[in-house]
Amino acid sequence: MQWQFWIIQTLNSVAFGGLLFLLSSGFSLIFGLMRIPNLAHGAFFMLGAYFGYTLLQLRLQFWPAAIVGGLGVGLVGAMFERFVLRRLAGNEQGQVLVTLGISFIIADVCLLVWTGDPMPLPAPQALRPPLRIAGYAFPTYRLVVLAIALVAALALYLLMERTRLGAMIRAGVDDMEMARAVGIPVSRLFTAVFLLGATLAGIGGVLGGPVLNAYPGLDTDMLPLALIVVILGGAGSLLGAFVGSFIVGFIYNFGIALMPDLAYFVLFLPMVLVLVFLPQGLFGRVQI
Amino acid sequence: MTRAAALVFAACALSLIALPWLIGSEFYVNMASQVLIYALLALSINMLLGYGGMVSLGHAAYLGIAGYACILATVWGYNQLAAAIFAIAASTAAAAFFGLLSLRAPGLGFIMITLALGQIVWGIAYRANNLTGGDNGIRHPARPMPFGLDISVAPRFYYFTLSVFAIALFCIWRFSRSPFGASLMGARDQPRRMRMLGHHVWLVRWLTFVMAGFWASVAGVLYVYYNLFLSPHAISLQQSAEILLMAILGGASTLTGPIVGAAVITLVKNVASTYVERWNTLLGVIFVVVIVFMPHGLVPGCQQLLRRVRDTFKNRPSGEATAETAP
Repeated sequence: MQWQFWIIQTLNSVAFGGLLFLLSSGFSLIFGLMRIPNLAHGAFFMLGAYFGYTLLQLRLQFWPAAIVGGLGVGLVGAMFERFVLRRLAGNEQGQVLVTLGISFIIADVCLLVWTGDPMPLPAPQALRPPLRIAGYAFPTYRLVVLAIALVAALALYLLMERTRLGAMIRAGVDDMEMARAVGIPVSRLFTAVFLLGATLAGIGGVLGGPVLNAYPGLDTDMLPLALIVVILGGAGSLLGAFVGSFIVGFIYNFGIALMPDLAYFVLFLPMVLVLVFLPQGLFGRVQI
Repeated sequence: MTRAAALVFAACALSLIALPWLIGSEFYVNMASQVLIYALLALSINMLLGYGGMVSLGHAAYLGIAGYACILATVWGYNQLAAAIFAIAASTAAAAFFGLLSLRAPGLGFIMITLALGQIVWGIAYRANNLTGGDNGIRHPARPMPFGLDISVAPRFYYFTLSVFAIALFCIWRFSRSPFGASLMGARDQPRRMRMLGHHVWLVRWLTFVMAGFWASVAGVLYVYYNLFLSPHAISLQQSAEILLMAILGGASTLTGPIVGAAVITLVKNVASTYVERWNTLLGVIFVVVIVFMPHGLVPGCQQLLRRVRDTFKNRPSGEATAETAP
């Protein structure tokens, strides 16, 4: 019984870490390239969960729903970047505050459309029975979420390191002025990165649905976790987002399981340590 | 202070003192007290934002720490004065610690860290059921009796709030005019040069952070006295954002801006909530509109408008004269 508890909690932690990675990798990329923390990222995640709920209600299969929901959120993000953030180019403080304003609008529209009740997203039928290995039961769905997050991490790594788009994004992260000077269309990159980041957050929202449900306040629950991941891992670094996500996933999940009253307080400790000893984060490319 | 400014100030002070007579109704007197409490919060965040150029998104944390500390100390049997002092001291100490962390990262990292810290305080208030009552919140037993005066009725509470507010406003005004305030503004505009001139930029910012936390804590205690109740909703990210918006809407570079902003937002919120249910959408829209179209805020905007009108009136005769002589 005792073993079962630790194994299940560990699995839950890494699965939650995978969800956090989907959320915070986009956040970190946007921060690295555009130098703004996108405070609407939690709202994008929640919007993804609600889109997923509605698509499932429309009798779409789970996996298509995750992709369509994610792309829907990505589209919202790209439009927001193109039509609102672009107007404030150069005024980074204004841009951050506008992302906050947008997050309130999204949260309130969600409340209007999907009401205040938590909406459960059922996991795909095939993944509902637990997986039995060596006498222990594992929740299959969470294992699959973890696998998807790992695949997404690998795909993002290849995208960043092996493609032209990735090279342009890396150039923009390292030296924006120079990237502009050699003819990289940086402002189009902004839209692309926003599309990518919001899509990842949206997919994370749909995949997180069966674990977390879609409920009002999901956005403000997830946003600080993404912030802490980026503070821990360092901004603009995929590896940082990856490692940070699993650290935060473990701490948050075990915190909730072992001392529910202080789960948030436990999160505070690694953040303090990193800020005091490594202000750039573990793998930071950009000074936050 | 010029004579005109002094006159305006005296008129404002008199009308604030006469307010309970002018508006009779208890509902509006209470709203005026609320405006003053929020104005104090907005003034305190503006020390960071306007004078220091630092955007804090976790300012409601000090309201929360001071509020919860005040209620808990009173419930544990301390008298009201001791509880208030304990609350403000604890919350200011928290601000000192949070300042150490937040100032590790200049610029936009500061926003993220203050936001994360604010959400952690919110999360603790929300989860620590045994201490804070969780989502249900906790009650404060009763309003205090400062110097034996009963402040349980609306107009008296208004005067109590007004006197605290007046002291705070004076201190913050002195702060903004002091050499310290000047070095803070220097650190905002030219941190490198200030460093070269021998100023300890980090220390100046940190001290400002602590002072801002102190005044927010005072506002937090007033908030508890006003509502006699505190729940995590009062210290959410939305609250921090509202306080920040008040300062930006009114005009962060001015002393009066945050007060005007607090009045406008509080009135809009109270009026709007009787007509529309969607206050959050409205808040978001105001946020976006203000930042996109009115980045300097109402007070500087109106001052500019006034100056332009005055200039037009002044210049018109001479303008016509030149027009006549020109050909």
